[in-house]
Amino acid sequence: MPKIDPTPLFHPISPGTPRPVRFAFDGVGVSARTGDTILAAILAAGLPCGTSEFDGAARAGFCLMGSCQDCTMWDERGRRLRGCMTEVTDGQRLRSRPYDDET
Amino acid sequence: MGGEPIVAIVGAGPAGLAATRVLVQAGLRPIVLEEATLPGGQGTRRLSPLSEPYRAALYGQGADAMARREDTENAILAKCDYRPGTLVWACHDNQLELLGPDGFVGQPYTHLVIAVGATDRIMPVPGWTLPGVFTLGGSQVAVKRHASFIGRKVVFAGSSPLLYLAAAQYLRLGHRDLTVLDTTPMAAKLRAFPAMLRHAPRTAMEGLALMAELRRGGVAMLSGGTIRAIEGDGRVERLRYVTRKGRETVVAADAVAMGHGLRAETQLAELAGAEFRFDPDFRQWFARTDAMGRAGETLWLAGDSARIGGAQAADAAGSLAAQSLLASLGRQIPARLLRRGRRRLKAQLDFQRAMTGAFRWPAETVAELPDATPICRCERVTAGEIRATLAAPVGPVEINRVKSITRCGMGRCQGRFCGPALAEIVASAAGETPGRLRAQAPVRPIPLVADTEGAEQRA
Repeated sequence: MPKIDPTPLFHPISPGTPRPVRFAFDGVGVSARTGDTILAAILAAGLPCGTSEFDGAARAGFCLMGSCQDCTMWDERGRRLRGCMTEVTDGQRLRSRPYDDET
Repeated sequence: MGGEPIVAIVGAGPAGLAATRVLVQAGLRPIVLEEATLPGGQGTRRLSPLSEPYRAALYGQGADAMARREDTENAILAKCDYRPGTLVWACHDNQLELLGPDGFVGQPYTHLVIAVGATDRIMPVPGWTLPGVFTLGGSQVAVKRHASFIGRKVVFAGSSPLLYLAAAQYLRLGHRDLTVLDTTPMAAKLRAFPAMLRHAPRTAMEGLALMAELRRGGVAMLSGGTIRAIEGDGRVERLRYVTRKGRETVVAADAVAMGHGLRAETQLAELAGAEFRFDPDFRQWFARTDAMGRAGETLWLAGDSARIGGAQAADAAGSLAAQSLLASLGRQIPARLLRRGRRRLKAQLDFQRAMTGAFRWPAETVAELPDATPICRCERVTAGEIRATLAAPVGPVEINRVKSITRCGMGRCQGRFCGPALAEIVASAAGETPGRLRAQAPVRPIPLVADTEGAEQRA
């Protein structure tokens, strides 16, 4: 993983909105607003959503509407999902790479 | 075809919703398939519950009318077999392949309306893969779905009327550090404006009002020039560009929203049997249809996925497609209604065509991209690798051949974001008009194993 920069990549329009939802991304605890997408919460925490398998550079979403697949990630059952299209659930554990690391 | 017609509409944006409305009013109950969880499309995207508190700020006096329109749309969808969260990933032999809440399902149809819209057309620049670079459409989705800004110092860069719209939305929500960098010079806009005004006076005047709003709000607006690079250490820190007079300029930024107009989403239409023609003004391939949007015996296309026209054109085109579909079922459609619809559609399409001069796709800049620039985001295939392939004796220089050799266009997005630039690089080498990447099922990545539990999270 590239170094974690605490400067957010996404900024909530209302910074004071409560963040009661908790989940883990690559083992890092992340908080989210109720109704947040996974990607918005991760970027607001200053985390990229993974690295490119091809040059190792950080990925942080691009189209935000399910088309570019830049925010592809995996849940703990190894199911692939798009961070920008998926609402986060409390206690969820997500990874930037599939569990078996084969793809 | 005997028996009851099975009408399927793919996409619940402005075009799909208009088609749905006309069909429901005629007493039909179409199947409406939408990949997102909410109807409304992209440019006219509905606010998520998280973004709902910002409705009045975003839309001002239009907010109530918008809420009423959404209620009407909901009432119409309630009379259909409406399936949100459903991806259509293939089409063959009058059957659609779906992946939705019920997992993998095949859906036969007798009549198909495709209205799947468009995404931003992107001209890559060095640094466009840095965290903090998003599409222009994405910058609006950030606000409308994610209730977030993409940065504290945002540059909207490229060439598109949507640069001004997106900046205005950020401004209305209280963002105070915004720059619009439009690469098409003002002189080109002034040249195009009389035609724009003639075809769609209201839309043209709304554009002027938007620019005035940005000026009043203190938004920096630059026009003319070439974006050289987006730079930063692991994330966006600045954008470098060269003015038309050759002056190097640097804009500090922590986020860039980029877009050069729209790219029609054509893959499903191709799988459904549509044929294509190159449009030299838009410099992209659009499906061949008749004036009503009919593209085949059982196929109609409407909205931006057929030809770039914006929401109003999509509404008109969706209605016409549905009326043509009804006529094919033997229903009588008043000629007056058809004439009015076609007039409305033509005005908007002519307006958009005039706008291609005001907001240019900078095809020629691919030649200036450094070899190290990634063209394919998914697999990081560079401009240099593509040029090296073109220089090698590979036989006919053809975009699908170049795709096969370099893998540019074969990654997860399936050529949606690299395709336009790849086409220009190949065209400049071949000295021909840009080619067209062939479509292939699945049109989006899908899991290999059918497993109905939790399938809605995947797609």
